Amino acid sequence: MELTRDEEEALAGGAGEAEQAAYRILVAAGEAAGAERLVPVSWAHLSGVNYNTIGPAGERFLADMARTARFRIRATVNPMGYDRDSVDRYGLPAPFIEGQESIARSYGVMGAEPSFTCAPYDVLDMPAGGGQVALAESNAAIHANSFDNLHTNKESSFTALASAITGKSPLTPLRGGAGPDAEVRVRMDDPDELECGLLGYFAGRVGRESVRISGLGAPDRRRCKALCGGMGTSGTCAKIVLGEGGGDCEAVDFGREEARAVRDELDTADGGDAIVLGSPQLGPQELADLAARVGGRRFTKRCIVFCPRAARGAATDHLEAAGCEVLSDCCACLSPLITKEAADSVITNSVKGAYYLNAGGVRTDLEPLSEILRGYLG
Amino acid sequence: MRVLVAGSARGVVLKSASPINFLGAVDRSTGVITDGSHELHGRSVRGTILAFPSGAGSSVGAYTIYSLKAEGAAPLAMVCARADGTVASGCAAAGIPLVASEEAYDILVGGAEAVVDTSLDVPVSRA
Repeated sequence: MELTRDEEEALAGGAGEAEQAAYRILVAAGEAAGAERLVPVSWAHLSGVNYNTIGPAGERFLADMARTARFRIRATVNPMGYDRDSVDRYGLPAPFIEGQESIARSYGVMGAEPSFTCAPYDVLDMPAGGGQVALAESNAAIHANSFDNLHTNKESSFTALASAITGKSPLTPLRGGAGPDAEVRVRMDDPDELECGLLGYFAGRVGRESVRISGLGAPDRRRCKALCGGMGTSGTCAKIVLGEGGGDCEAVDFGREEARAVRDELDTADGGDAIVLGSPQLGPQELADLAARVGGRRFTKRCIVFCPRAARGAATDHLEAAGCEVLSDCCACLSPLITKEAADSVITNSVKGAYYLNAGGVRTDLEPLSEILRGYLG
Repeated sequence: MRVLVAGSARGVVLKSASPINFLGAVDRSTGVITDGSHELHGRSVRGTILAFPSGAGSSVGAYTIYSLKAEGAAPLAMVCARADGTVASGCAAAGIPLVASEEAYDILVGGAEAVVDTSLDVPVSRA
């Protein structure tokens, strides 16, 4: 990879230890991806915020970095482990809370906004006019490349952190606008949001960096989000190109049978102890829609809704009045709030959520939202 | 042959035919592969030359690689057929030598000794 003189100096340690560590990370990742050089980025979204996922060594790493590192560009962060407003109710161990607060503090000291969201595209101002960014949350990276006129690698926690520190990221073929390397032809009519999640999960295994999805028409925002969430979970793919293809890459079909095969992997329970909505976290539109559909009724089962703090408002008030636990700053994935000790199984419409809940030992009953509302509102 | 993180090590090869998802499949404080569906389930990556085709899954896996090193449970070096940003950035932050090469991955034999030395013309060889 070609570096400028300033970049070479920083890599040699001339700009301090934090910059040196950051350039080492960017060069290793850039070489791995076949990047030619580094490009400026205007925004970094950081993963590695939940204490459950990075643990004590990660917490110490960030505390060390925060002594000298300061972010050069706008930086926002993924969800952490709990909602501070309600953490008392969940009986989390004190060492977890101490570790989590240390992580939040370190990111804050370095200059991150306390966004704690995995759906930044729903609540943050996107860079006007598009451009190069570095997003480590996989569903957000795919959403950015596919629907937000932005360019990002599917960044790792460390490359996004290094980009926040240096303001740069490897210029990979993907950033340069490389076309799809595989195509998925949808062979079913009007898939719902659950089926779009299954489709994303399927397509993430078919494509390497970028995948064309044909035969889907123009999915709404909820379906687009489900596509990104499913795809980010299953593979390395970082971009969806919707529309009919030119037959320029390998194509596979996705119909009822393929959807059922993916669903069978993740639909591991029949019913559950609670309903879990919001993986990725629900945005303002989804919350307003949910509140309207709930109307004057109440859930007959415990219902946990995850959303960004910035999306709270009349809709979340309505949902709380209907008996929902509305949680901000955290999400369903690897959450210490939904453990196998607390729940044998849960009901959700999220493929991404189902994957991570199962990985943590909580079985999942996958149902579309329409079925969940039909079955559990009284 | 791409040297992604420089360094040298000599040790016994632990070889996987399937990709490794560090977040979720590997215990970050012991190095034991805990994913029941992985072919190396129950084995530890600690002190090995870890050879695998590629990383998989969450980008937060980079932190798992860093944790392995911090807890003294890391491989001595890693050899991938195809490197990805998660493995590369994790090894770079942790200072674990990393070479990406189909050829190097192919020549390594599980259970046999190997040498990784990125200063040599042939950075990966059987001992």
